[in-house]
Amino acid sequence: MIRFILSKLLYLIPTFLGITIIAFSFVRILPGDPVLLMAGERGVTPERHAELSAQLGYDQPIVMQYFEFLGRLLQGDMGNSLVTKKPVLDEFLTLFPATVELGLCAILIATVIGVTVGVLAAIRRGSWFDQISMTLALVGFSMPIFWWGLLLIIFFSGILGWTPVSGRISLLYYFPDATGFMLIDSLLSGQKGAFTSALSHLILPSLVLATIPLAVIARQTRSAMLEVMGEDYVRTARAKGMPQYRVIGIHALRNAMVPVVTTIGLQIGVLMAGAILTETIFSWPGIGKWMIDSISRRDYPVVQSGLLLIAALVMIVNLLVDLTYGLINPRIRVK
Amino acid sequence: MALLNIKNLTVKFATATGSFTAVDGIDVHVDRGEVLAIVGESGSGKSVSMLAVMGLLPDTASITADEMTYDGRDISNLSASERRTLIGREITMIFQEPVASLNPSFTVGFQIEEVLRLNLGLSRRDAQSRALDLFRAVGIPEPEAKIKAYPHQMSGGQCQRVMIAIAIASNPRLLIADEPTTALDVTIQKQILDLLMKLQEDYGMALILITHDMGVVAETADRVVVQYQGKKMEEADVLSLFENPQSPYTRALLSALPEHATGDRLPTVSDFFAQETAR
Amino acid sequence: MSDTSNLAAPVKLSDAAIRRRMLAEFWFYFSQNRGAVIGLAVFICLVLTAVFAAALAPHDPTTQYREALLVPPVWAEGGSTQFLLGTDAVGRDMLSRLIFGAQYSLFIGIVVVSIALFGGVIIGLLAGFFGGWIDSVIMRMMDVILAFPSLLLALVLVAVLGPGLTNAMIAIAIVYQPHFARLTRAAVMSEMKREYVSAARVAGAGNLRLMFKTILPNCLGPLIVQATLSFSSAVLDSAALGFLGMGAQPPSPEWGTMLAEAREFILRAWWVVTFPGLAILISVLAINLMGDGLRDALDPKLKRS
Repeated sequence: MIRFILSKLLYLIPTFLGITIIAFSFVRILPGDPVLLMAGERGVTPERHAELSAQLGYDQPIVMQYFEFLGRLLQGDMGNSLVTKKPVLDEFLTLFPATVELGLCAILIATVIGVTVGVLAAIRRGSWFDQISMTLALVGFSMPIFWWGLLLIIFFSGILGWTPVSGRISLLYYFPDATGFMLIDSLLSGQKGAFTSALSHLILPSLVLATIPLAVIARQTRSAMLEVMGEDYVRTARAKGMPQYRVIGIHALRNAMVPVVTTIGLQIGVLMAGAILTETIFSWPGIGKWMIDSISRRDYPVVQSGLLLIAALVMIVNLLVDLTYGLINPRIRVK
Repeated sequence: MALLNIKNLTVKFATATGSFTAVDGIDVHVDRGEVLAIVGESGSGKSVSMLAVMGLLPDTASITADEMTYDGRDISNLSASERRTLIGREITMIFQEPVASLNPSFTVGFQIEEVLRLNLGLSRRDAQSRALDLFRAVGIPEPEAKIKAYPHQMSGGQCQRVMIAIAIASNPRLLIADEPTTALDVTIQKQILDLLMKLQEDYGMALILITHDMGVVAETADRVVVQYQGKKMEEADVLSLFENPQSPYTRALLSALPEHATGDRLPTVSDFFAQETAR
Repeated sequence: MSDTSNLAAPVKLSDAAIRRRMLAEFWFYFSQNRGAVIGLAVFICLVLTAVFAAALAPHDPTTQYREALLVPPVWAEGGSTQFLLGTDAVGRDMLSRLIFGAQYSLFIGIVVVSIALFGGVIIGLLAGFFGGWIDSVIMRMMDVILAFPSLLLALVLVAVLGPGLTNAMIAIAIVYQPHFARLTRAAVMSEMKREYVSAARVAGAGNLRLMFKTILPNCLGPLIVQATLSFSSAVLDSAALGFLGMGAQPPSPEWGTMLAEAREFILRAWWVVTFPGLAILISVLAINLMGDGLRDALDPKLKRS
């Protein structure tokens, strides 16, 4: 088991370096003078240009520049946003909890509903429930989620008026950021109605973001369960006189969850892409929206470092998924 | 009165290419404390008939019988909960692939204590000590350590011993063993068979032994049923079967024993039939 | 009992006949899946719509009818038979735009899959065939690409290259390539262990011949399935890029771009939002249904009861 963990960690290093190389190259690939790009739209005098070049290190060989970039990176210095002039890392950390809250909520919905539907579809294979739920899963999987979000806004916010259209909480409420998680902070603030407001703002974006993972998890769970239910040990459990709930819920499910957990973990990486679209539609102030805005505003330090941070995050999540897999698969966990 | 009595059992499977008859009108009965061997080639339906009795066949199977009784009770139309009062308690079964038959995600201790706690109502402490006793009874060395082991850490023979321990935990009156030694090493085969016979005698259970090995039949059975392609070919007590086989198929099986090999080829069933038609 | 004399001499089939048999067998399995057949039918309609767009569309997709801004669909109040599905904010006919949009979607799908397939297969062949450090380096590079969320990487690439349809297609193709590379590599590696490869090598086949003529034809199954999946993902991702303003630019009638323009009218004019998205959904669904059917048909042992 230790060897398993170590090998996974070691494997991360070249991948991480590769990510930094890509992020580093990004600004260098841009057409035009990088110094001018970094300086912004005001333009620079020739002296200032030379000064900036030296400062940003553009007069040095590219390899040196890369190592300097890497060095600064490891110290947490990712430059400043061209728009807000604040450190990129600080902005990332401020906006990060919003995306995490959205993502956690989405993956929770997707897992609970997806696994339940998948198990039921597998138990009642070929029934109308199975056919309808798997067809719906395919539809969810084929859905352009930016459109789906818009439709839900039309229906629930426009026609029914049940949910708000944008933001994390009604503007009526203001309280300091304790954790960055609106649900928790609103509860902590003690203000009447704050929590309900936070919840009503969270629910629609979470549902939209959860749609594709839910579909994938449901399909995966069903196929994993079907495979497991045909195994000899499930027959043994029945031969032992175990009741159906135990055969399915303990003997079968425990083994089916092994590949499903991997799927759930991989979907977290996919969530990041979905978050970009969802946050844009719902004006949810998270990392996805930040990236989109920065790209359209040509805020290159943000784009470069944001890309890096998000990729590093996905890498860490995938590592955790791999480790979890090692934990729940007894063949790897024990000897 | 027979312990298990089956008359005219037919099992059909609905497949993509039509209906397939795996078992075609066979009669089987076992008396208390008797050892019955069901012999046949692969595809003879010997496992399917017993799986049908246990209720372990998939939904695509349709089972019909004139009579299917256990201890005088009709067991052909039981509800799931009624069935569970018998299966796993009075009637138990062990299977051909012992490692695959155990759940890879749980320790073997968990899998036997589960039966003791749910079927026999033992407390956790009692179940643990009884599990150790059972492991000793089936000859597993170092039972305290093995209780915490996972199936993939144990050999095929040890896993089969665990399966047997699970099967005898509830003191069953009928144990069905579906080719219990086929997947094991030859040296282990004898040990497992001896164990089964010893337990059968100690506990006084009826034992249905499904096998394709005539040698095993000779050493263990009181009575034998010979099956071929879902039909019963012959039924007799073991001595009569070997000395005076009635059905030509039985004679073919006996002639295919390795002991009867002459020259450089092992005899097969089709060889026998070829000889018979040539005569 | 058995009669050994009635074995006829085996008939040798021509290559063409063998191919026809394989196709017939494939179709037999494929057609058993109702969804897949429906998907295929819808896809064919899509292709026909794209090919005959000019003939089918009642209006030109870029013509703006100044007097007919935000006209509802024909069945709603205020609708007109001139614009069956209504008009958008600058008076363009929705139906015609949707029909021409099919051209974009199909074009994008074909181009993206072709590039990703071509590049990915070559990379995968090289990695799987040569193994060793070539394999490690190549696979590490693929892993780096895969570490980025696909849409994000495509977005950044487009930001670098400049917004537009061509750049969007290239960006998406680059992001999809690792999937094909991995698949090809895995298939190649398992085929390499088979005897027919050693036999061909012993018979003197060179590396290139081995790679393309011997091994590759046997890896086609999973590649075809992945290609369908990538086709539908490409349609979705390019629509997403269009929606974010990074893909096909207005006034192109690309479905995602149409949604971007429609966003501010969602509460006023539902048809401007609903129909383009519906078009995307139906197309992607059809392709995914086909993909499911293809997977079942190409590997029948997995699903037969």
